[in-house]
Amino acid sequence: MKMLEADSKKEKKRDYATATFKTSRLINGHSIENAAAGVMDFKVSHRFGMINKGSYELFGLDQATMRMGLDYGISNRLMIGVGRSTFQKQYDAFGKLKILRQSKGGRWPSPISISAVSTVMLKTLKWENPKRQNFYTSRLSFAHQLIIARKFSEGLSLQLMPSFVHYNLASTVNEPNDIFALGAGGRIKLSKRLSFNVEYYHVLPLSFVEGESYMITGTKNSLAVGFDIETGGHVFQLHFTNSTGMTEKTFITETTGDFFKGDIHFGFNISRVFTIKNRKKKK
Amino acid sequence: MKKIIFASLFLMSAIYADAQNIYMTKTGKISFFSRAKSIDKVEADNNEVSSVLNTQTGEVVFAVLIKGFHFESALMEEHFNENYLESGKFPKSTFKGKISNPAAVNFSKDGVYPITVEGDLTLHGVTKKISSTGSITIKAGKISAFSKFAVKLKNFNISIPSLVADKISEDIDVSVDCKYEVKN
Repeated sequence: MKMLEADSKKEKKRDYATATFKTSRLINGHSIENAAAGVMDFKVSHRFGMINKGSYELFGLDQATMRMGLDYGISNRLMIGVGRSTFQKQYDAFGKLKILRQSKGGRWPSPISISAVSTVMLKTLKWENPKRQNFYTSRLSFAHQLIIARKFSEGLSLQLMPSFVHYNLASTVNEPNDIFALGAGGRIKLSKRLSFNVEYYHVLPLSFVEGESYMITGTKNSLAVGFDIETGGHVFQLHFTNSTGMTEKTFITETTGDFFKGDIHFGFNISRVFTIKNRKKKK
Repeated sequence: MKKIIFASLFLMSAIYADAQNIYMTKTGKISFFSRAKSIDKVEADNNEVSSVLNTQTGEVVFAVLIKGFHFESALMEEHFNENYLESGKFPKSTFKGKISNPAAVNFSKDGVYPITVEGDLTLHGVTKKISSTGSITIKAGKISAFSKFAVKLKNFNISIPSLVADKISEDIDVSVDCKYEVKN
């Protein structure tokens, strides 16, 4: 009866790493995860005001910016999503594709997972200068990211996010249109349903135009720390971050708060998934 | 080296000697469902069950990958793997047992024979003795086995948080359906 074990050892099936993170967002930005095929993920995210505003503002709780979004898994590799933020009255839409999945066994095992995300953001605030000739395209900005992740163990997952943000129109001549950044983040699982997450984006001193500044004046790198709490069909993410916006261009390139001076926003994301299309037909 | 060759030859001859009595499958089916009343049906199927049956001794072995259980809901499947069965830590479940009345089955004659199986079920890293009733069907020389039994989650250290206690029952009904082929 040892045969069974010998047999199963011979033909090792490809085994994909699953649940590298609890949900498709690490904190502000994307994690390596997608919504599964046929699953819709409704996300409501809030960032309150800054904690160092004192008790008059109830440590920031008197203000809030919000993003509501819907993500949908077209296949197990492709996810699309749309969102609306109160911050800068933005609409955003993205496509996210799993290029490579971490796996063991099979013919081509891979130690890492790679995904690509492209987001387009539309800022619909009234024109700052309505007298000038304004173009619709000036409202648009784009973000492209690669996400490279590895689930090292049940408890530890890490990812790197090389990112590129493009503004069709920069706010002044001296500001860059193209900004490069490298993000890093990860999670440590504290229990089966609770994890501690960190996410950091560092704007890189790279520029297409020589002599142009590589960072928007007065901005800081984005840092966020928080917890994922999973309860059945919901994932609650509670966190502290120096970023106000929840779209790629706003948190990677427009973060103005200084985390270590207390310019910290308390915030949360709530994710609720709905199965729209059943994965298999019942007899 | 000589020893190894000799040993392996010996082993092979041992296997060949009773090859006629050994039947196996890699596409057996195990499914389960939770009896609790809930809007979301908690049930899953696995169609990649490996099993070996020795018709002479009545020994029977099952091995199944936890990740091979598929649910209708992707989230349920993730929770099943992550929170309940912890398939990262315990990727496999096995059963090693014996048909307690092999003499009652005439493997060379068509028919349906009721059987009782007793043995050790390993699930979620815990091994427990279980016994179950079922049947073996012989039809045109083909052997298929069927069984239904209940698994108490508590016995296998699988805890249900109180928040979802009304959605998942303590007893899970498991059914096994395997069609065997001669091992050669």
